[in-house]
Amino acid sequence: MITEPLLSGITLGGIYALIAMGLTLQYGVARIMNLSYGESLVAACFAALWLFTAVSVNPLIGLLIIVPLAALINWLVYQVLLMPLVKRAPSRDALEVDSILATFGLLFVAQGIMLAIFGGNYFSYSFLAVPVKIFGATVSAARLLAFGFAVVIGLALYVGLTKTRAGTAIRAVAVDPVSALLVAIDVRATAAFAYALGGALVAAGGVLVSMFLTFNASLGVVFTMKALIVVIMGGVGNLLGCLVAGMILGLTETFVATYVDPGLTLAATYIIFIAVLLLRPQGLFGARRS
Amino acid sequence: MSARSLAILAALAAGVVLLAFVPSFTNGYQLSLAINIVSYTVLATAWTLFSGPTRYVSLATVAFFGIGAYTVAVLGEVMAWPLVLLIAFGIGFALSLLVGLSTLRLSGVYFVIFTFGLAELVRQLVTWYEVNITRTLGRYIFIDVTHAQIYWQLLALAVTVFISGWLIQRSKLGLALRVIGDDEAVARHVGINTTMAKVVLFAFSASFMTLAGAIMAPRWTYIDPAIAFNPVVSFQVLIMALLGGVHRLYGPIFGVIPLVMLFEILLAKFPNHFSILVGVAFLLIVYAIPRGIVGLIEGVQLSLRNAKGAGA
Repeated sequence: MITEPLLSGITLGGIYALIAMGLTLQYGVARIMNLSYGESLVAACFAALWLFTAVSVNPLIGLLIIVPLAALINWLVYQVLLMPLVKRAPSRDALEVDSILATFGLLFVAQGIMLAIFGGNYFSYSFLAVPVKIFGATVSAARLLAFGFAVVIGLALYVGLTKTRAGTAIRAVAVDPVSALLVAIDVRATAAFAYALGGALVAAGGVLVSMFLTFNASLGVVFTMKALIVVIMGGVGNLLGCLVAGMILGLTETFVATYVDPGLTLAATYIIFIAVLLLRPQGLFGARRS
Repeated sequence: MSARSLAILAALAAGVVLLAFVPSFTNGYQLSLAINIVSYTVLATAWTLFSGPTRYVSLATVAFFGIGAYTVAVLGEVMAWPLVLLIAFGIGFALSLLVGLSTLRLSGVYFVIFTFGLAELVRQLVTWYEVNITRTLGRYIFIDVTHAQIYWQLLALAVTVFISGWLIQRSKLGLALRVIGDDEAVARHVGINTTMAKVVLFAFSASFMTLAGAIMAPRWTYIDPAIAFNPVVSFQVLIMALLGGVHRLYGPIFGVIPLVMLFEILLAKFPNHFSILVGVAFLLIVYAIPRGIVGLIEGVQLSLRNAKGAGA
């Protein structure tokens, strides 16, 4: 039965694409290589879990609470923690190294807080866990719903970035921050906004993931890794690339888990990563840098 | 060689001889603290050997360290000890060549990302192998070695790392690396094979880390993938190197000694909040002393000298 893993792979890939879009905004626009990215995702998972089990709030309504909160927290992180590094960095490369170090520290703080609160156990909650039949394959309703939301959010982001004034400013900063300054774009405010938007997207991804996957406090690293690989495979700053690369990753993982061994999914991810590095380091849709 | 550098050399040699006698006047707890200090000195200095001049942040220290430990767990009882160490060195060298050759031709960010997930990848692969092939997750290490012997081996390894680092700095490779660290485009234009230089150095740095893991392994008696590939080790090594200062080979020592003590206290008093506190300590270092203690001292010396010069 090939439709079953195909369907799981596509739904998983859609969510990976959404998660990677947030990272591509943070890295492509704000130039922050955020190694604590997955921790934001896991934090959103726990927030959704807490809302559902303690206050019995539906995770879809939870999105309306968690996503704006995540945007605010990420904006504050950028303004308070990362702005000093942006100001002190003499060049883009220096900022990259500094942001790697700072967010690596942040990773351990965030992970430590979650471990202290929730411990190392795996968690999940049962929301819409009813089987649905599509093309002869069985999928849980929560998984389909999560995929649907990922598609809607991704499309909204795409339209927002290409059709609105603020979106155009964001893309301008991604292409060339110096020229963006010349056409009266406030580069730092735009970068902060893009960073917050990226944080909002990953939180949305976290809430959606929590509806159908089990998670624990130390899962962040794996999600960061996957998001980074999708971003590189798709080409930094390329939303369409995120979509295609996310699908490739989701499908590969599901097929490896189904037909080879679930313990080897990260190995499969790494093989894809090595292939990209060897064959197309600029990404599937990226332009070769001179 | 001038009289001054001969005197420094003699002092260093005397220092090493003195350090070799540490096991004879310490109790068990102090010796284990000394072992920690020397092992982190090896790791942080090996880290600096590569990441200092090239400014490529490696986050994979524990991947190599853990591989060393696992080599001993698998082969320690069936082979002679020097042969085990040699094999550990070889595996570390081969893996780091693979990592280096696939990432170091590109810009630094790919290298960082690759090393970021490497420990987790190796951990999952070892877990998969143990669960599916050997059917036991943990391993016992019964090797007849005293703590003093572990200490001496680590001390010898530390001396080897320092001598190699010193020789590399004086060689053409060292000069090439400094040019790469300053400006990689310039390095390529003056005809330096930048990829080769980086890969070779990374392989040496990683193999030293693997050896440190192999030597430390008998201390555990029981290991499983979660113990051997604990990501906090990579993080601690990074913090120690940065606190000490990575632009000098001897810099990390200034970070290792205070931080081993600090972590010892934190781990005893706040075991559940350890990684939060370590993370906060790290952020403080990144923001407040970006050039490390050695950089701080050199800055003070420079301003003192300038003040003297202005006064004269």
